[in-house]
Amino acid sequence: MIHFERFTLENGLKVLVHEDHTTPMAVLNILYDVGARDEHPDKTGFAHLFEHLMFGGSINIPSYDEPLQRVGGENNAFTSNDITNYYITLPAVNLETAFWLESDRMLSLAFSEKSLEVQKNVVCEEFKQRYLNQPYGDVWLKLRPLVYKKHSYQWATIGKELSHIENAEMADVKAFFKKHYNPQNAIMVVGGAVDKEKVKELAEKWFGPIPAGEKYHRNLPKEPKQLAEVKETIYADVPLNAIYKAFKMPGKMDKDYPAIDLISDILSQGKSSRLYRNLVKEQQLFSDINAYNFGSLDTGMFIVEGRLNPGISVEIADEAIWAELNQLKKDLVADDELTKVKNKFESTLTFSEMSLLDRAMNIAFYELMGDASLFNTEVDKYLSVTAAHIQEQAQQLFTKEQATTLYYLAK
Amino acid sequence: MLDRTTAPQFKNIEDIHFIKASKHQLANDIPVFIINAGEQELVRIEFIFKNVNWYIQKPLLSLAANTMLNDGTSNLSGAEIANKIDYYGAFFQTEYGLDRSTVVLYSLNKHLPNTLPIIKEVLTDSVYPEKEVDTFINNQKQKLKVSLEKNDFLARRQFSKAIFGDTIYGFSSNLEDYDALNQADLRQHFQQTYHPENCTIVVSGKVNEDILTLLNSLFGAWKSDVVFKPNTVEFKAADDKYHYIEKVQALQSAIRIGMPSINRKHKDFPALQVLNTVLGGYFGSRLMANIREDKGYTYGIGSANVSLEQAGYFFIASEVGTDVCADTLVQIEKEVNILKTQLIGDEELALVKNYLLGSLLGSLENAFSHADKFKNIYFFNQDYEYYTNYINTIKTINAPQLLELANKYWDFDQFYKVIVGKV
Repeated sequence: MIHFERFTLENGLKVLVHEDHTTPMAVLNILYDVGARDEHPDKTGFAHLFEHLMFGGSINIPSYDEPLQRVGGENNAFTSNDITNYYITLPAVNLETAFWLESDRMLSLAFSEKSLEVQKNVVCEEFKQRYLNQPYGDVWLKLRPLVYKKHSYQWATIGKELSHIENAEMADVKAFFKKHYNPQNAIMVVGGAVDKEKVKELAEKWFGPIPAGEKYHRNLPKEPKQLAEVKETIYADVPLNAIYKAFKMPGKMDKDYPAIDLISDILSQGKSSRLYRNLVKEQQLFSDINAYNFGSLDTGMFIVEGRLNPGISVEIADEAIWAELNQLKKDLVADDELTKVKNKFESTLTFSEMSLLDRAMNIAFYELMGDASLFNTEVDKYLSVTAAHIQEQAQQLFTKEQATTLYYLAK
Repeated sequence: MLDRTTAPQFKNIEDIHFIKASKHQLANDIPVFIINAGEQELVRIEFIFKNVNWYIQKPLLSLAANTMLNDGTSNLSGAEIANKIDYYGAFFQTEYGLDRSTVVLYSLNKHLPNTLPIIKEVLTDSVYPEKEVDTFINNQKQKLKVSLEKNDFLARRQFSKAIFGDTIYGFSSNLEDYDALNQADLRQHFQQTYHPENCTIVVSGKVNEDILTLLNSLFGAWKSDVVFKPNTVEFKAADDKYHYIEKVQALQSAIRIGMPSINRKHKDFPALQVLNTVLGGYFGSRLMANIREDKGYTYGIGSANVSLEQAGYFFIASEVGTDVCADTLVQIEKEVNILKTQLIGDEELALVKNYLLGSLLGSLENAFSHADKFKNIYFFNQDYEYYTNYINTIKTINAPQLLELANKYWDFDQFYKVIVGKV
């Protein structure tokens, strides 16, 4: 159970305060309601590039990192297809430094040409390091456009290609900032050894004067229902053949999401899971296999990916995956197995609540989904999932017409 | 009017509070260290064993014996072990390190009477079923094949091999090493390693009396008279300083540079940590500022002092565009040499000191992190004085001392330089 209080500034900035006096530290987490899904198809990777630029100095403060490190703080950020999230942890006695830094970059960036040039290079190197210079690294660049025909989830957060990043210009940076980086599109969570009244005072002082800006109204094309199976084979310099299967699934806010999330646990969480027991241990078709989803806010992907053992035909391995999925459609999950994944979910959540930063991020994300207190009822939603519900979801999810399969094979 | 150009007043960090481990022991003298803290009704119990009887002819035995601990006992198959642990929402992990092999149980307190007996069974009666051994060999070989396609993995291996040779710290595993694993060797190695005389237990979380009683009833009568030999690591670093593995297709080169150095037992270690932070130990470090934030050559570059029980080493690592690999080396040399010839400025030093203290304070987040801090001293024969000294060193060290240290421990010409990719 996470407790918090919230208030909203006149300019629309939502602030949530989560006091925890068992630690001497404080966290300031700001979620901006913008992700790679909000990019223009010809300028992809921009939300993430922009995240880098947020560290390149703001209107009144030439360096973001230095003053924070000087007071014993650390920071980082991440960009997903849905959101961009920035966080600071620092000794609570120095909390005001975090307010000072974060409010100035919400007010305006320095828009330095040098920073843009350098960060374009840095992001291109990140692109190479994580997506191009790794075995199987480019799989999401290949798979996403096969799965999504309309929705902007069809590109990865890093972007479709290096040239999109190389071509980014200062005018794009300024327009993006104006459109997305203002109090109305942000949720701030302040947690740790902080006092609610003091946080209010600091929020008014530092964020209050920032102009509200314009509210961004997202209007993304809805991904139409897939009606025919998609199959593709690519060959690359990799040591093992691999299969990636994607099924479209409802977003994280959907009432059926907990059941689907538990399906991936039944299939592949830990060594007692079905895919591991049956396909790795018993039939020895795969050396490694996983099922998971991304918890996306819009229509998501349920992924099954596996690396094949030498000498195993891809078709046979693919059939074996289908057999496991069909099993979930045909038979009810046994009580013990369902209890097992529910217990595991509950304890994973309990362990993650030990981290102040995790709690702050969760509060922000659930607030974005409508109400931070939804986080506290999440467990109940998972615990109330029934075997019949799992079966029904499996039946809707795992159909040939809605499947996208990528064979990623060794040259 | 609000002044946004001036930083708010800040306070230096004065007090850093460590929750110290209390020592207990089981009836058979297994030491149990307890860190009692936290609100959630859960614990982490670590069973820690020193690595023993390692030799180069069968280099993977320690690793395999540890990793396969969840693969079956006389009474329970691997599937049954996993099912029971998962059913209670617990986590059972094996952690293999160069010095120690560990078994970790994370469990809600209320389920310990059901989860802990499984650990007992695993630690006293693992049998390494033939079929599981075969699967292990196959899957690990497949994983290794994938890793061998990664430049940073190859650089790491080559670097360890260059400085530590054919020791447990230095050897590189080959596909054939996996084929050499067999059940008989694993069982023997299991007996030698997982042994009450070689065991330390660390419990962290919300720990009550019942847990100690339960541990004693399960593990207090554990006896074994198997003879084992603790590892001693004696190494001679290679003569060749430069190791280049060419990958014609590479878009980036992996760089790893460094040399053997001191470990946490040495009195200079805390000071060397401060020096390393300046060079490459945090986001604002000189290597990051120059090679990432000024030149944009890389997504990241960093350096570290690694403390092993019987040795230490220092390294700098990055992955950079192949076209700028040569200049990256020039820049690294330049940054190392500046620290040997020019005093670190007051502002930068003050910043690094505050950063390190804040980062230490922030790293003490919960009972588990306090337990990790305990292990860092315990296995290096240090006590909590180490941290008092570390904090004191951070607060008092000055620029001339750091310059002297750079000259004492760093010599770019003596660094091993491993590059995988293209120069």
